[in-house]
Amino acid sequence: MSKKTRKLSFDTDWKFSPALENTEYIDIKKRYGLFINGKFIPSKGKKFFDTINPANEDKIAEITDANSSDVSLAVQSARSAYEKVWSKMNPSERGKYIFRIARLIQERAREFAVIESLDGGKPIRESKQVDIPLASAHFFYYAGWADKLNYAFPGRSAHSLGVAGQIIPWNFPLLMAAWKIAPALATGNTVVLKPAETTPLTALKLAEIIQEADVPPGVVNIVTGGGATGRAIVKHPDIDKIAFTGSTEVGKYIMDVIAGSGKKYTLELGGKAANIIFEDAAINQAVEGIVDSIFFNQGHVCCAGSRLYVQESIAQEVIRKLKDRMETLVIGNPLDKNTDIGAINSKMQLEKICSYVDLGKSEGGAIHQSSCSLPEKGYWYPPTLFTDVSQSHRVVQEEIFGPVLAVQTFRTVDEVISKANNTPYGLSGGVWTEKGSKLFQVSKEIRAGVIWANSFNKFDPGSPFGGYKESGMGREGGVEGLYSYVGLD
Amino acid sequence: MRNRLDIWKTYKLYINGKFPRTESGRYSKWTSPDKSVIINVCRGSRKDFRNAIVAARKSFDGWSNLSAFNRGQILYRIGEMLEGRRDQFINELMIQGSTNKEAEQELKQSIDRLIYYAGWTDKFQQIFSRVNPVSMPYFNFTVPEATGIVAVIAPENSSLLGLISVVAPAIAGGNVCVVLASSSKPLCSITWAEVLHSSDVPAGVVNIITGIKNELLKHFSSHMDVNAVVYCGDKMKEIRTIEKMSSLNVKRAVIYQNTDWNPDTSQGPYYILDTQEIKTTWHPIGI
Repeated sequence: MSKKTRKLSFDTDWKFSPALENTEYIDIKKRYGLFINGKFIPSKGKKFFDTINPANEDKIAEITDANSSDVSLAVQSARSAYEKVWSKMNPSERGKYIFRIARLIQERAREFAVIESLDGGKPIRESKQVDIPLASAHFFYYAGWADKLNYAFPGRSAHSLGVAGQIIPWNFPLLMAAWKIAPALATGNTVVLKPAETTPLTALKLAEIIQEADVPPGVVNIVTGGGATGRAIVKHPDIDKIAFTGSTEVGKYIMDVIAGSGKKYTLELGGKAANIIFEDAAINQAVEGIVDSIFFNQGHVCCAGSRLYVQESIAQEVIRKLKDRMETLVIGNPLDKNTDIGAINSKMQLEKICSYVDLGKSEGGAIHQSSCSLPEKGYWYPPTLFTDVSQSHRVVQEEIFGPVLAVQTFRTVDEVISKANNTPYGLSGGVWTEKGSKLFQVSKEIRAGVIWANSFNKFDPGSPFGGYKESGMGREGGVEGLYSYVGLD
Repeated sequence: MRNRLDIWKTYKLYINGKFPRTESGRYSKWTSPDKSVIINVCRGSRKDFRNAIVAARKSFDGWSNLSAFNRGQILYRIGEMLEGRRDQFINELMIQGSTNKEAEQELKQSIDRLIYYAGWTDKFQQIFSRVNPVSMPYFNFTVPEATGIVAVIAPENSSLLGLISVVAPAIAGGNVCVVLASSSKPLCSITWAEVLHSSDVPAGVVNIITGIKNELLKHFSSHMDVNAVVYCGDKMKEIRTIEKMSSLNVKRAVIYQNTDWNPDTSQGPYYILDTQEIKTTWHPIGI
């Protein structure tokens, strides 16, 4: 069946020398307080937790575990800043503060990239090329909207909501903070943001930038902590809007808790995206796309293409080429510029990935892993794929959030669309074909908020992102991202 | 000569383009405010609702893939058919307690609202779509798409205009609906189903159930194959139930609280947008 094609050649006598990013001038304090009302202050509870480098398990800093009275203080300061300053400010002035934040991130981009990789384990190449520039671009994009909101909602006028409580995940720490803070500020709201427990550092560095930019005290408050801190935000009676990115399970909990409270909410939740390769696709490009879809950021991506569907006639060839390509992926120190795949974000996440892979094997899936060696210290997982799995396997149905791909084959367009949509999720999808009409048809029929055609995992501040069904509601990015933070009159 | 005996109308449910009685066999006695009319209204059950959801899901692909122009024609046709049955609706609205003037006004506004949304079916996408100028060599565009099955708790006090004001934008946008009609004013919602039935609306696209709100509210909001639930009313306990149950499968809960459906400000493309999803597609540009 499979066409005779040459094997992709990655063979070379050249070996990569280490190319480590310098960390000497990075300024990280030993201990961080909470950023409330424009100042770093200690918690009333005096509780701390360590943030560690997942690549070597070394402690980086002590982080404050905010309790509910800390959260209340942050909300009070946000409320007061909203009423006295931010909502009354001329929108173009508001925009200029946000522009400042964007520029200051650009100036300190390298420092932020290094800290992001240290704290979260992602390859420095990705922090430098994706996370930090996109975070800055997001502020820059929404800064410009602040004084143009009348053009965004034809026939209606927008008003701000008040105080937004924002809870973000650990997979794109600074970028998610930008996705939350930038549109909220541009539309005239003030915020209380909680970064993830395992990756709080870049949000705290962002707090420094917010100080430097002279943003009025209380407009942005950053409280660190775990689940209890998050719950205190969700339940706080003086918060007008909850914006959450994280698991579907927690998203449902939030909906349940705030039911009837009148709080507005937007949720960006889990995914199990189908990446569909048709026989008329450009196969080598598609193989690169598969790598981008599932191994980008160690697969810690809610929109990862974790279900691969390959048309039967090309399945052998695609899987062989994919396995070859997996062998070439460089796994190791996130701060090395040659690294393709960094460390798994936390011990807990590594255990989750391992338990899913065990499950996949025990359910009868055939496993293939890259033969790379893994560092001894730290949390690591090799690129992995399962074949011989079907729709009912849990590794096909459930979000693993790691570098684990489930591969299935299909024969017809109808078959693959019904398989792709047979999931409670609907965040994203991929379609690979050189035939335009087929591409539009399949893109239309996949029930998901973002479709990457002949591409995968691309992001831009002007491009709305968010899911259908149990992948959440509301959009971040673009004009649609403004809707999440306004009421319309 | 003897007086002719009236033929009384049996008010049934509207599910999958048919008019079945409730499978439960139960009924509620409904008496008009002036006590002149007494009818047995179907007391719809969870099973009726689930049957309606099955029918709605089957009809969704066809309805949402119909051309926007064609959906507009069908909405216009509903308006035409309603216009043709003015006397019947005015009569029923008056039985339900409206004055003649109020009934006339409600009917006129109901017809006009259908025509209004008929005109939106192929335009709201143009208002809410965009091409996004991304920083990479990609063509990137965003379009609204129907969310799927919309469960509608229709307004209690505006049994025709209110019902049409929430169903019309949902179906104009390509969604399909299962509606719980006003329980205090059930007559014209079922008669409106007859209008839908003669307007080329495919079976299953709009399903109308009568029954007791307390019994059915939790089913409307908890069903796992419902994508959005639209609630019209102001009872905080009901709103809380709707929002709580919506968490089960991350339903879009749309709450229209204290809405007066009469003025023209209670219509617009944003009502269509309330039951739309936003899809963004990327494609590389290059040779």
